[in-house]
Amino acid sequence: MERITPLLWLLFSAGGTVAAFLFPIHLFLTGLAFPMGWLEPPRYEFLHRLAAFPVTRLYLLVLVSMPLFHWAHRFRYTLYDGLQLKHLTTLIAVLCYGAAVLGTLGAAWLLWSMA
Amino acid sequence: MNAGPHYTLYHPRWYRRRVSVWWWLQKGSYTSFVLRELTSVFVAYFALVVLWQLRALGQGPDAYAAFLARLKTPPFLVLDAIAFLFVLFHAITWLNLTPKAMVVRLRGTRVPDWAILGANYAAWLVCSVAVAFLLLRG
Amino acid sequence: MAPSTVTLSVTRYRPEQESEPAFQTYEIPYRKDWVILDALNHVKDTLDGSLSFRWSCRMGVCGSCGMKVNGAPKLTCATFLSDYVPGPIRVEPLDYFPVVRDLVVDITDFVRKLKQVKPWIIREDDTPTAGEYLQTPEQLDAYKQFSMCINCMLCYSACPIYALEPSFIGPAAIALAQRYNLDSRDEGARERLKVLSEHDGIWQCTFVGECTQVCPKHVDPAGAIQQYKLTAATHWVKSLLLPWGAR
Repeated sequence: MERITPLLWLLFSAGGTVAAFLFPIHLFLTGLAFPMGWLEPPRYEFLHRLAAFPVTRLYLLVLVSMPLFHWAHRFRYTLYDGLQLKHLTTLIAVLCYGAAVLGTLGAAWLLWSMA
Repeated sequence: MNAGPHYTLYHPRWYRRRVSVWWWLQKGSYTSFVLRELTSVFVAYFALVVLWQLRALGQGPDAYAAFLARLKTPPFLVLDAIAFLFVLFHAITWLNLTPKAMVVRLRGTRVPDWAILGANYAAWLVCSVAVAFLLLRG
Repeated sequence: MAPSTVTLSVTRYRPEQESEPAFQTYEIPYRKDWVILDALNHVKDTLDGSLSFRWSCRMGVCGSCGMKVNGAPKLTCATFLSDYVPGPIRVEPLDYFPVVRDLVVDITDFVRKLKQVKPWIIREDDTPTAGEYLQTPEQLDAYKQFSMCINCMLCYSACPIYALEPSFIGPAAIALAQRYNLDSRDEGARERLKVLSEHDGIWQCTFVGECTQVCPKHVDPAGAIQQYKLTAATHWVKSLLLPWGAR
């Protein structure tokens, strides 16, 4: 675990950057503007066509995966420091990074198998 | 054995205060820090929403319409509104901390903090406009 | 109308008498130009000679007089009474260090960690070359801010990670390691990397930023730590991709 800490920190930083630059607008549109009817949501056919491009699929993979690793690293330290759950440190690490890996694999599989 | 104060000639008993589990409520900046760290939960939440959206997209127009309908329900609207505030807090604190974490040197002198901050926010604006433009076209 | 006296509420802890610290109040004359240290010295000189506290230069360069004033870590030689009147003003020992007596804390832990990061110029050739090592103003600028550290430990007293994880190497130690890593005359970055990359090194830091907020010399240890994280991570990637050429 110690030897890959630099990698985990790099993933955390990448995820934080992706979340900082892209999540506000995506969340505003998908979670608020479109459902509330403030703006016209894109039609299914348009999104489906857009998702056919490899670059779009790569973008979507990064959009899901990196922020999950950001959460995993940050949440792990929050539990460790904030709640002082030191005796569960390995379990917490495995659950957090494991969840991020699962999310990444899930996204990759969905994007790969999308028609 | 006497359980009272203990004093030895060369090593008096030092006093160590225990750190309370509510340490983060004792100072405003600590609370703000913990809130900043908790934004990661909402970041993960939206990542999962995108994952859910991908699944719906792959399953066909009906599944996607059902996904959109679910997002219109009040519980999700409230959750998304709260999540948006936290994600915004994450973005602002993240962009504001970048000048401290990265030192950029141009021709020997350090680029001033306000320049890096300005570049960050400009990039944020460009990204947001680009994404909005793309998604609002269809 | 400025008050003529101020109440100082000072932590007393005498291990031979009590098992827990308690506050003792002193009424001291209010002088506009006095700092907390002046007030403490007045107490010790005229009111209560048994009060113990550290101080030395009384001008903010030795780092001895760090204490908590109204809950915030401060240099008492640089903290004016006039900012706290009408009072009462609470003076306590620095947080997260064991209290030896009254306002005196034991700093062995910090000194040990400081030694671990080897805060001196490390050269591969031990014999000095002819003349001095030359350094341009730009090279000086690269590390000058971090060299301002006076080892006052206010940053340790503000760091919640140090509070929760006493084995954390801490802000000042890392900032001073960076001061030498970035010094063009130094060749010891690799040696320090080993110590700093350990579990209780830089990776414990979660960038709370309190250390930078309380630093009286504007060293910005939080910035030093984040910058070093990037350096260490880059080094890790390079050693992974080019194991034979790892510097």
